[in-house]
Amino acid sequence: MATCKYDWPPEGQRGLIGKSIDRLDGPEKSSGRAKYTYDTNPPGRLIAKILQCPHAHAKIKSLDISPAQKLPGVKAVLVIKDAGSEIQWAGDEIAVVAAVNEEIAEDAVRQIKVEYEPLPHFVREDDLEKAQAAGRTKDGGEAKQGDPDKAFQDPDAVVSEGFYGLPVITHCCLESHGSVAHWTDAKTLKTWTSTQNVSGGPGQFGQGLRLKNVQVDDNNIETVCQYIGGGFGSKFSPDSWGIEAAQLAKMAGAPVRLMLDRDAELKMAGARPSAYARVRVAAKKDGTLTAWDSESWGTGGMGPAGHPPLPYVLEFPNSHWKHTEVLTNIGGARAWRAPNHPQACLITMAAIDDLAAKLEMDPIELLLKNVNLAPPVLRKAYTDELHVAAQLADWKKNWHPRGDKTPGHIKRGMGVSLHTWGGRGHNSECNVIIRPDGSVTVRLGSQDLGTGTRTVIGITAAETLGLPLEAVKVEIGDSKYPPSGASGGSTTVGGVSNSVRRGSVDARDELFAAVAPSLGVQPTDLEARDGKIQSKSDPSKSLTWKQACAKLGVKTIQTTGKNPGPCHLGDSGVGGVQIADVSVDTETGQVKLNRIIAAQDCGLIIDMKTAESQVYGAMIMGVCYALFEQKVMDETLGIMLNPNMEFYKLATIGDFGEFVVHMMTGPGYDERGVIGLGEPPVISPGAAISNAVANAIGVRVPTLPLTPDKVLAALEKGAMA
Amino acid sequence: MRRKKDRPRKAGPEKSALTRRDFLKGAGVTVSGGILVGSTVASAAPPGPESGFVGPGAVPITLRINGKTHKLNLEPRVTLLDALRDHLDLTGAKKVCDRATCGACTVMLDHKPVYACTVLAIEAQGHDVTTIEGLAQDGKLSPVMAAFVKHDAQQCGFCTPGFVIACTAYLEREHNPTLDDIVKNLGGNICRCGTYWGVRHAVLEAAGVKGGA
Amino acid sequence: MEAFEYASPKTVQEAARLLGSTWGGTEILAGGTDLISAMKDRITTPKRVVSLKNVKGLDRIEYNGRSGLRIGALATIRQLLDDKTAQQQYPGLVQAADGIRGEQMRHMGTVGGELLQRPRDWYFRNGYGLLAQHEGKSLIPDGQNVYAAILGNSGPAYFVNPSSLAPILIALNAKVTLQGPSGQREVELSKFYKTPQSEDEREYVIQPNEILTEIIVPPAAGAKTATYEIREKEGLDWPLVAAAVALQMDGDSVKSARVVLGHVAPVPWPSPEAEQELQGKSLSEDVAESAGKAAVSNARPLSQNGYKVQLARVAVKRALMRAVKGEA
Repeated sequence: MATCKYDWPPEGQRGLIGKSIDRLDGPEKSSGRAKYTYDTNPPGRLIAKILQCPHAHAKIKSLDISPAQKLPGVKAVLVIKDAGSEIQWAGDEIAVVAAVNEEIAEDAVRQIKVEYEPLPHFVREDDLEKAQAAGRTKDGGEAKQGDPDKAFQDPDAVVSEGFYGLPVITHCCLESHGSVAHWTDAKTLKTWTSTQNVSGGPGQFGQGLRLKNVQVDDNNIETVCQYIGGGFGSKFSPDSWGIEAAQLAKMAGAPVRLMLDRDAELKMAGARPSAYARVRVAAKKDGTLTAWDSESWGTGGMGPAGHPPLPYVLEFPNSHWKHTEVLTNIGGARAWRAPNHPQACLITMAAIDDLAAKLEMDPIELLLKNVNLAPPVLRKAYTDELHVAAQLADWKKNWHPRGDKTPGHIKRGMGVSLHTWGGRGHNSECNVIIRPDGSVTVRLGSQDLGTGTRTVIGITAAETLGLPLEAVKVEIGDSKYPPSGASGGSTTVGGVSNSVRRGSVDARDELFAAVAPSLGVQPTDLEARDGKIQSKSDPSKSLTWKQACAKLGVKTIQTTGKNPGPCHLGDSGVGGVQIADVSVDTETGQVKLNRIIAAQDCGLIIDMKTAESQVYGAMIMGVCYALFEQKVMDETLGIMLNPNMEFYKLATIGDFGEFVVHMMTGPGYDERGVIGLGEPPVISPGAAISNAVANAIGVRVPTLPLTPDKVLAALEKGAMA
Repeated sequence: MRRKKDRPRKAGPEKSALTRRDFLKGAGVTVSGGILVGSTVASAAPPGPESGFVGPGAVPITLRINGKTHKLNLEPRVTLLDALRDHLDLTGAKKVCDRATCGACTVMLDHKPVYACTVLAIEAQGHDVTTIEGLAQDGKLSPVMAAFVKHDAQQCGFCTPGFVIACTAYLEREHNPTLDDIVKNLGGNICRCGTYWGVRHAVLEAAGVKGGA
Repeated sequence: MEAFEYASPKTVQEAARLLGSTWGGTEILAGGTDLISAMKDRITTPKRVVSLKNVKGLDRIEYNGRSGLRIGALATIRQLLDDKTAQQQYPGLVQAADGIRGEQMRHMGTVGGELLQRPRDWYFRNGYGLLAQHEGKSLIPDGQNVYAAILGNSGPAYFVNPSSLAPILIALNAKVTLQGPSGQREVELSKFYKTPQSEDEREYVIQPNEILTEIIVPPAAGAKTATYEIREKEGLDWPLVAAAVALQMDGDSVKSARVVLGHVAPVPWPSPEAEQELQGKSLSEDVAESAGKAAVSNARPLSQNGYKVQLARVAVKRALMRAVKGEA
């Protein structure tokens, strides 16, 4: 096979790639030196606060900001929703104030007088019939394949029916959404924005501001985000409040910081849509899956939320799904790490697990038997992973048919789930710069969400140039650098590693060309390794990196690497399998997670350490939504009752047992190139844990989170049945 | 053999002195004046010392932070966290829940970890405040910080400084932690990225305990 | 947070004199985790705050065989956890303190503040008052009541008492000392809490101008004590239910028992039914089970919190078994 100009070094020739390497910005973060948007204090910066609507649905009758404007220390007040506006959820923005400090801004917000005309609201969506009766539903799509009716009626078919669901949850980014906006002159705007989309910042700010009649040229806007305190899909744009920060800064003639308060963050900054489904699933007696039928619904507030891709991963020969969107006054939905996949995964994997129980079959055997229903590219991965995970879990020894029959009130169980994601690298451009003094800089307008992007960029360049990691300076997080895509959909690692590889190969080749004559060899005979440029055929012909770069004289090498580009450096489509092991206290309904085992494929891994961290972290996030978190709405008031971190419950350091992570590497995986990993491992924990609980206690707890009230209710129902 | 590895040392010179000075200058008030409040707050008539009450307007407040004395002019309602972040540009402690739940704002008062979001700045007077900035000496990582890096106990990093402080303070008190003890005593910090697995290992390593959780 | 005047007097008498005679005008600041949070949420908007930080001597924990354990109101949860006498004499008290999680809360939280913390109820915390009323009617019976009261919930309040320490302290017959502007009084902790009947009231009998200064726990006199909590999170979180027990034994049989439930009613909830069930019996799993059943015999669950009846039953059983096994 002809090797392409740009390719990844083969196994055995990788100095850094695939090793477990500390993240580059670890010291900055652990020492508190890392500066986030929220930490940005340009001289004279004001602080802005938002007045939120307390009603779930209301019309603004009148609004008077003058008392706030009169307050000493208030520098600007902006009306967002004027009299006559209709508000669709409690927490929406009404007006915003910029003042010299936090306290005055807060006092001023409370001085604004608003008269509302409350209107009827609807905030509960778990009961489809109730939503239909209230006229709050909308067609969310339907599709049919094969002949499901006939398949279900087949006398040999074993049919399992169930109801499954997940409530709305929020992103709860620890750094709330927001920006610091600073007009450095009348025409020039600099923003620090907590964003997953640095390169997109200027265009988004420019467009948003022009819509508000603030004239500004995108070229005169710079967006910076060196560090971001969590995004998870909720921070692709500066949001209305980013634009407002810039408007207020213009009005006040001073920089403005507008970061959401925690309650606003939880109410305003997006949520994962809920999903509930009534499912029928059929198989032959030998476990061959034959038919799927689901009626699902969920809410993303008043807006569209998409639908869970049902049935998930496995393409049944006969299937039918129908989805309904429920319109609620709860605030909008946003992409939440692997949009719609955790929902689809829970619904599908729980239904299949219940069917396996009905067939009295080991669910891993059932999945292996039906792996041919998975997309062809993933069949090998799933087969490998099911075996690897089963082995790591000692499944054959520890698994038992549904319902732990050992005496006592602690019941133990195991559950399995599989998931998929795309993760093809996004568009990315980078500059690779090699200077005569030997210094190397890689620049691109990307951002590191904590996934390890900086580190991956550094490793890729260092590997290519044969340098130690610390010899490469990585500059990201600024829109003045070459544009790189938004960090969403696990597209970043593929995008930046591929563009940096291409840019670095080109830069390296330019250096080869520059030094080859002095070594008396052809450039193609040169290689860069161990800090040297040397002849492949005669390693005695070599220059240290510094000596080589000195040959550049006054010339600096600067290349531009791009993704997509020539040669195969990345791909799309990964599979993963997770197995959960739980203990359930059947007297109290408490679920204790003993262990989760993850086997995960993501093509070629650049940094094993940060890759594994993605999986550990995703599984903990999975534990959060499996066991604790949900957006709780009061039906009468229409408000979110838990917009704080006490009652918006997230797991703490003791809320899980052991994690085992196995990354699939080597032949069959590495040659696919780099594929994203951010989303996949967060998809399965809900299903795996739910299945493990069902395996332990013998009955299905239909909806997440698996809190004691629900577990006890399921046990009671099971006992009566 | 166990020993205290992470005792906070006396803080050296302010690392970000230049930045901070610029910041103060830009804010248009003197160092002793408190940054953005002094000149602008409409203070109620002073209640007079005989009543024992001060405020509600700005009052002089002296804080000893990382071994250095700072004089500010703040309303009694200003929290230590806001004083650090907004008035002194010490932004290592983060504002997240702002309600004594998540631990991102953790600093030490006299070596004890506290939620700075629910300590009034005026109440922190007379105590030694140690922030994350005071733990890294001359840019050198403390053993807990180094263990966080080694075990990748951080992703987005926003909870990390608070977690590092909580772990540091915890290990000053407890030299031989068990997992159960870690679970209970470090259960006051929340991470959204899910770095707890790394944190468990980092704490054990920093305590000198071999092996994993 | 609203602006306020601040004072930090040096004596408790002086502090008491600075307080007002109605609720809400002046608040007392100790550890601050609850008060400052509540002020940020505008659950209370005092014009004045009196800090106890400069009051000396309120942070001691002392023991003598005659009067028992005296815990200064400003002693921290951490001090209580580390107190050797408490560990030996009152394991149930230390078990209760152990439910308060996180180094920060343990260092900041004071024993007095823990007993006086306001309900965690989410309607209350969202500004709907202790009674959670909307248009003249409580929101809780038909609302999100998964954490609400199952006992003592005939109204008008449905929140649960949030204290982790109160149940075991009541089981131990503790008293609290209250300092007013013109003197001190002692109140049995079992009579300290009440169900407010209107929004003008608070959930305890302490007067607005009184300061809780000390908790006096009589000698355990060989009592077997235990606390058992059922909680969602291992980290900082308030329990779903808890049960505290103190048993005076006569050989193998229970001479007298105190059983107090937490987080099930607007006040810590002593259960004479369970106590009676235990009287004179040798404590087995079956007897503990019957005591648990007796403890919830009068429970009246709301629409979502029936499971708490089961949890309370189990918590009583497990607390009893823990006490009898003498677990630390």
